[in-house]
Amino acid sequence: MHDTTIRKKILVCCGTGCLANNSYSIYERFVEKLKDNPNITVETSIKATGCNGLCEKGPVVKIQPDDISYFKVSIEDVDEIIEKTIINGQIINRLLYLDTNQKKRIVNHMDASFYKHQHKIALRNIGEIDPLCIEDYIERDGYKALHKILFEMSPEEVIDEVEKSGLRGRGGAGFPTGVKWRTCASFNNFPKYVICNGDEGDPGAFMDRSIMEGDPNTIIEGMIICGYAIKSNKGFLYIRDEYELALKNMQAAIDNARSHGYLGKNILGSGFDFDLEIVRGGGAFVCGESSALMASIEGNVGEPRAKYIRSVEKGLWDQPTVLNNVETWANIPPIILNGANWFKEIGTDTNAGTKVFSLVGKVKNTGLVEIPMGTKLSELVFDIGGGIINNRPFKAVQTGGPSGGCIPKEHMDVPLDFDSLSKMGSMMGSGGVIVMDDTTCMVEIARYYMDFLSEESCGKCTTCREGIKLMLNILTNITEGKGELEDIDVLESLGNTIIKASLCALGKTAPNPVLTTIRYFRDEYIDHIVNKKCPAGVCKNLTTYFIDEETCIGCGICRKKCPVDAISGSLKEVHVIDEGICIKCGNCFTACPKDAVKIGGAAYAY
Amino acid sequence: MNLELIHKYPREKRFTLSILQDIQREYNYIPREYMEYIAEYLNQPLSDVYSIATFYKALSLKPKGKYTIKVCNGTACHIRGSESIREELLKVLNLEPGETTEDGLFSVEVVNCIGACALAPVILINDKYYGGMTKEKVKDLINSYREVAINA
Repeated sequence: MHDTTIRKKILVCCGTGCLANNSYSIYERFVEKLKDNPNITVETSIKATGCNGLCEKGPVVKIQPDDISYFKVSIEDVDEIIEKTIINGQIINRLLYLDTNQKKRIVNHMDASFYKHQHKIALRNIGEIDPLCIEDYIERDGYKALHKILFEMSPEEVIDEVEKSGLRGRGGAGFPTGVKWRTCASFNNFPKYVICNGDEGDPGAFMDRSIMEGDPNTIIEGMIICGYAIKSNKGFLYIRDEYELALKNMQAAIDNARSHGYLGKNILGSGFDFDLEIVRGGGAFVCGESSALMASIEGNVGEPRAKYIRSVEKGLWDQPTVLNNVETWANIPPIILNGANWFKEIGTDTNAGTKVFSLVGKVKNTGLVEIPMGTKLSELVFDIGGGIINNRPFKAVQTGGPSGGCIPKEHMDVPLDFDSLSKMGSMMGSGGVIVMDDTTCMVEIARYYMDFLSEESCGKCTTCREGIKLMLNILTNITEGKGELEDIDVLESLGNTIIKASLCALGKTAPNPVLTTIRYFRDEYIDHIVNKKCPAGVCKNLTTYFIDEETCIGCGICRKKCPVDAISGSLKEVHVIDEGICIKCGNCFTACPKDAVKIGGAAYAY
Repeated sequence: MNLELIHKYPREKRFTLSILQDIQREYNYIPREYMEYIAEYLNQPLSDVYSIATFYKALSLKPKGKYTIKVCNGTACHIRGSESIREELLKVLNLEPGETTEDGLFSVEVVNCIGACALAPVILINDKYYGGMTKEKVKDLINSYREVAINA
């Protein structure tokens, strides 16, 4: 007999972003309302999934097979969703995503501008499966690649495939993964180790967190495949202690994989042994550096070492070790399953595949985006990101975290790949893209990164420890109005020295945010130093606000927005800001519908 | 001393950090006697245990408040105004950075990116995330925690 039962799947996003907006209680409400409810004839399954990427519009609820996606769902909406959408198949318009690019509401989120340019490989399962349910992963071809290598491929063939795919490490530097594996495999020194770097620390990047939380099994499968290829039986996952949900989901997935025979002794009867262990990081940024990370696993202070002998030869406990980042591991199973040629077709010649970016800052659609390598930066910011919040003028993006640099709007056509970004003086890093508008001060951003790095420098190399601190002092002086013109030359010369004389990547890239802002935004430095003015209105000592008499229409909006009543004026008359009371919060500047509020220079000489 | 926290780990140096993290979680700081015991248990010089306890940011030698408020100062939060939220928190709680309130309830830390950038600016109170924070929301939020603590 034909089965006529209607089945619906309700996917509630429970990534960190949505959880912060109470998505778990929405999930529980669905479970409670649908459990043993005799009035509901539809057969339902409810799943708490990983992150859907568009965190700012969360919590996200998806209903399948109808492909209806609801955004900004609240617990009060649950009953209505069950009544209208689950039972009667109706769409609730108000909960649909409003696409500002297409200027309409979208039923299936895959049609939204934010999603339709994306190509998901590393994030393929996230948002579609319950991360705690290994069966969900298996249903979507999970552990098929493991079967394939254990029974159809030699370790040599696995390495060939990864090498041929052109996959480059997604952690930042873009070293070819296959070459790393091959070199490690060439040493006849056992035991060998496999490590997953889950110590994501670049400010503005959270793709690794999302993968560990939303699809832990893909990382496990990738690591077992590497273990088989290099003949290692033991792997470690080094995960930030602050990533509580990632730690919980990874541990559950490891235990589950072990009880299903994917980890442990004699995996799937193949005779190959491999197991995994989680190590919690201690909150030191430098531990994202591979040799510091290994020192930390060994129970030492996380300081980097000189790498004249690479860790593929002498890594963890001086044994041959392959360390890859979370996103890299997530790419391995699909490459094995679909073949190197499939992967090479995506992206550009020297940068195969996709990259996950976290698009954040002053952009309308913030969240995680996976796009083919080589996609233009402008496409990411405007087509996918929807442009700048409040349609303010776009100024720059910062890529690559504290090791990266700022790229100005004149270079918006730069393709997003390892090599093109390096040429710009920035870098890919882990894929954080921070969008900045005209109210972001580039000198202050440079100061911010030096502040970050001066705290995170482990202190081993003098140039990094002392040099960054000196750069920070100079930049602080400039933002406070005490800068001198020679400072720019001193910053450049200090920066170049730090790059030359520091041991690890932290120091070697630390001056990038300063050097790129000087390169592309020298005028802004000059404005601070010579004109004693911060054009973005961020550096308080160098900012005054005044109202242009010609443009002001006396609407009174600025007066209402002022938190300290510093603005006076009657309706339809020119308003005035009292300098003595103004706290320079900038509310009036962003609120004025006529752009009549202007930014002036310092009120005093410093 | 709760030795169970330590004894559940094998006597290998590599577990130093894990043990210290568990103690931090239990007591909100690392008491000296625990460091001494760990050194003996793992057969390590006390200075090595001390250097790990002071190197990693997650560990603290001074007691933290019952509620640790972490103000994220990742780049996304920074350019969306995390600094003004930190200032407001310190003002409302009458605290200097790194201090704990006299009633032992709150301490404020500035942390680097906690990976919730799409919700910027974000603060964390113990394990709970508050996204889209504004200066204006600070006072009510603190009061709601204070009320819970008083009624507990």
